[in-house]
Amino acid sequence: MLDRVNPSFVAETVPVVELLSADKVFANGTRGLAPVDLTIRPGEFVSLIGPSGCGKSTLLKLIANLIEPSDGRLVWWRGSFRQVGSPGRRLAFVFQDPTLMPWAKVEANVRLPLELAGVKRAEARERAAEALARVGLTEAATRYPRQLSGGMRMRVSIARALVTQPDLLLMDEPFGALDEFTRNRLDEELIGLCHERGLTNVFVTHSIWEAVFLSSRIVVMAANPGRVFAEYQVNEPLPRDASFRDSARFSALCRELSALLSDASLASVPR
Amino acid sequence: MTPLVERPWFARVAAPVCVALLLLAVWQNLCTVYEVPKYLFPKPTDVLESLIENHVTLLWALLSTLKVTAYAFGLSVLLGTTVAFLFVQSKLLELSLFPYAVLFQVTPVAAIAPLIVILVKDTTTALTLCATVIALFPIISNTTIGLRSVDPGLAAYFEMNKAGRWQMLWRLRIPSALPFFMAGLRISSGLALVGAVVAEFIAGTGGNSAGLAYQIMQASFQLDIPQMFAALLLIALTGVALFGAMIQLQQFLLGHWHESALKAER
Repeated sequence: MLDRVNPSFVAETVPVVELLSADKVFANGTRGLAPVDLTIRPGEFVSLIGPSGCGKSTLLKLIANLIEPSDGRLVWWRGSFRQVGSPGRRLAFVFQDPTLMPWAKVEANVRLPLELAGVKRAEARERAAEALARVGLTEAATRYPRQLSGGMRMRVSIARALVTQPDLLLMDEPFGALDEFTRNRLDEELIGLCHERGLTNVFVTHSIWEAVFLSSRIVVMAANPGRVFAEYQVNEPLPRDASFRDSARFSALCRELSALLSDASLASVPR
Repeated sequence: MTPLVERPWFARVAAPVCVALLLLAVWQNLCTVYEVPKYLFPKPTDVLESLIENHVTLLWALLSTLKVTAYAFGLSVLLGTTVAFLFVQSKLLELSLFPYAVLFQVTPVAAIAPLIVILVKDTTTALTLCATVIALFPIISNTTIGLRSVDPGLAAYFEMNKAGRWQMLWRLRIPSALPFFMAGLRISSGLALVGAVVAEFIAGTGGNSAGLAYQIMQASFQLDIPQMFAALLLIALTGVALFGAMIQLQQFLLGHWHESALKAER
């Protein structure tokens, strides 16, 4: 019997996530999200952007199955949740706050999801070291989170997400609290990592520049009620590097997206 | 080379010692100049003399008081953490039991000690119970608050990773509670000593469980004021030593990560 869908078979063929007219009505009766149809394919980098209250985070949580849709369906890898396996294993979440354990060294923080999953200590150590190397933090492995800068802490958080070797990475404004230089550098690293690993990423952001730089597709959302307003393809080949930011094409894309967002804001006026 | 005054050990050790020496010198001189008799107010040298002269009796008394303090402190830690864990497991349990924990806290030990002394035959046990009544509460309340003070983001992360109840407890709640627990430990260690001494005063026991409080009472009956001071000095030093030990423990457990124990960094 199949307990898990074979990822190598799934990778090229099957959508990672499908939302089929999923919506969310909160317990107090307010509508967080009007029915959404959204398909995310393997290797895509999808950004969710829109005015506040548009349900970006709600949509992300729906995708992670952290909250249940009030109506409609969520499908992962065309299978049921049971077939896909525990959500903590194949998808990883990165919050705006790095949420590290202050009492544990960087290495132990990165190892945490493996240990919670019951991976053997030796193997967990090996994989943690690998994940730390990938985000360039090998040197910091024995330090404590408080000894690190904000950007480094975020890198630790990303390493902790990568260590489970997820197929889908969900990020909720991960670099929102960082200064612009650090944010740009982490964006460049992130796009490299995702490309190299064939990771699928859903990324909530407030920044037009960040969305354009990172995404293969941008979902523009509007509020009142929260809904998908438009989808916007960024047809710029991967991998991208810092020079993309200086190109005329980048500016043009940002202008277009900015116009689209103004429309979304206008459409977000309460009725 | 850093000047002597700016070195950390100097500020930490030498400065308070200098203050003590200064005060002792003033005390000694005042007593000598005004010719205060030693049965009214002894000079520091009189106290030292008495300490040396009676050192066997006083050290046995100290040992007895220390024993009660240690038992009471140990019992408080054991009971206090257990109760705190129970409280955290169920809100209903906490709501139904917390008022009684408070009741323990607000009842003066002097008021219930006679009862305990009557009810419990063995003196050491009776004294230990009295001291525990005082020392218990800070551990319960601090540990309970600590076990509840979990960073919600981290808690969400653990839940998302399907952490079990034990994993939550071991890897999240206990480390989060440690700084609070240490604060409770510091208060409780001092209170255990206070409780032991107060209980001895009330129980007034002699014989083989004669503690420092008994020595103070004896000395006061005999107007042997220097010996009173000597016993008092031992109690004070014990308290300071306990506090120091707790600071060391805190440094060991929290020194590398928690703000409360971090050394100033430049």
